[in-house]
Amino acid sequence: MIEFLTVYAENWASWWPQIRAAIWVTLGLTGFAYVLAMVVGMLIALGRMSRSALLRGLCKGYVEFMRGVPTLVILFLIYFGLPSFGIVFDAFWAGVIGLGLSMGGYIAEVFRSGLQAIHYGQREAALAVGMTPVQAFRYVTLPLAFRIILPPMLNMLILLLKDSSLAALITAPELMLTAKDLASSTFLPMHLYLLVGVLYLALTLPMSFVARHIEARMRLGAAR
Amino acid sequence: MSEPLLKVENLHKSFGSLDVLKGIDLELGRGEKIALIGPSGCGKSTCLRCVNYLETPNRGHIYLDGELFGEKKVGDRHVHMSEKELARQRATIGMVFQGFYLWPHLTVRDNVAIAQIKVNGMARSEAYDLAGEVLRKVHMEHKSDEYPERLSGGQQQRVAIARALAQRPKLLLFDEPTSALDPELVGEVLNTIHELANEGRSMMLVTHEIAFAREVADRVIFMDDGGIAEQGPAKEVIDSPVNKRLKSFLGQMLERH
Repeated sequence: MIEFLTVYAENWASWWPQIRAAIWVTLGLTGFAYVLAMVVGMLIALGRMSRSALLRGLCKGYVEFMRGVPTLVILFLIYFGLPSFGIVFDAFWAGVIGLGLSMGGYIAEVFRSGLQAIHYGQREAALAVGMTPVQAFRYVTLPLAFRIILPPMLNMLILLLKDSSLAALITAPELMLTAKDLASSTFLPMHLYLLVGVLYLALTLPMSFVARHIEARMRLGAAR
Repeated sequence: MSEPLLKVENLHKSFGSLDVLKGIDLELGRGEKIALIGPSGCGKSTCLRCVNYLETPNRGHIYLDGELFGEKKVGDRHVHMSEKELARQRATIGMVFQGFYLWPHLTVRDNVAIAQIKVNGMARSEAYDLAGEVLRKVHMEHKSDEYPERLSGGQQQRVAIARALAQRPKLLLFDEPTSALDPELVGEVLNTIHELANEGRSMMLVTHEIAFAREVADRVIFMDDGGIAEQGPAKEVIDSPVNKRLKSFLGQMLERH
């Protein structure tokens, strides 16, 4: 056991700079992809509740597509497929776009269920006091839906952070790829994959903690 | 005779193939209080909701203060207003719903003030003063900092009434304001409405509280099957009904109480 751990002590100085850089890439991938997923998710959710049957159908198709096709396939399509049409992204931004579009399909469903959980009477009351539909959405429906969607949105963020490891397969220099490179150059796969596992956990655990905390407060809020 | 505050002209509304309103004509004078009564499904709530265009009529027109409501005239054609124009008109009519629909993420004070701040651009301090004034009127000022969920149904409905009053409305609409309340809470809400009626406000009220309608309303309109079956001075209509359906309706309502 001691022997196993001394390997970390011996190699830490050479590993850490690379791993630290890789953590930032992982966080960047996750952060940008999450923002993209929220924008896409909100647009798709609104589209699914639109009056136009065509728009509803298109948006439903998007959700079904992103739910049914593995994220890895989306990433490969963007990174390896699009260049044959002259569209080239570097690995990082291909990862952001692929992860964001894929997660956007799920987040659309979270938004939609949150918005639909708000009783239509809340909105009507807002219209009756003289708000326009946009104001009613902005000041009533959205803040009410936000309370419902916040916990699942945090869970989505955790999923996304873990899924960002898929970008290793399109050569984005994030945590997983860095560990794989180090593992094959040092012949210490057990040590390195254990290390990244712990690092992912260290990143996700605070998020789950925050999610649980907020969820509990929301429940109190409902009883308040 | 002076121009009526509200004029409803040949109002038709259908949902799919179901004709709910089949040509309603009515007028409401300034300071007048009208109660709409009738069996469930007779169209009284739909009629009320058409007045502020929460439901868009299929045919007919609404005039408030002599002005076309929810529509404008282009040449001799009527076209719907933009959402913005409609919102500005709706702000002049207060509405109280059966289900209160206070906004649970806002305090009582903010529920009453938010529209004035966000829609009318009133300064926050001014809107809060106004909120205090109207909350005092419904005897709810002491709950200004509470969230709606902590209030009883009757208190929530009184706050909803204050929210409508903060609009300084020309007309107040009440859509079965006590139907969702526990019986012991009905009285406080009816008292509040009664006080407002005594101030000479113009009101249109859909209710199942026949005794209350008789006491508070100037005029009662009995609706049946999407039309007006009988109308007249409240006491006359309720004490000596002519229409057969109204007689049996009133009989049923009295039995229940």
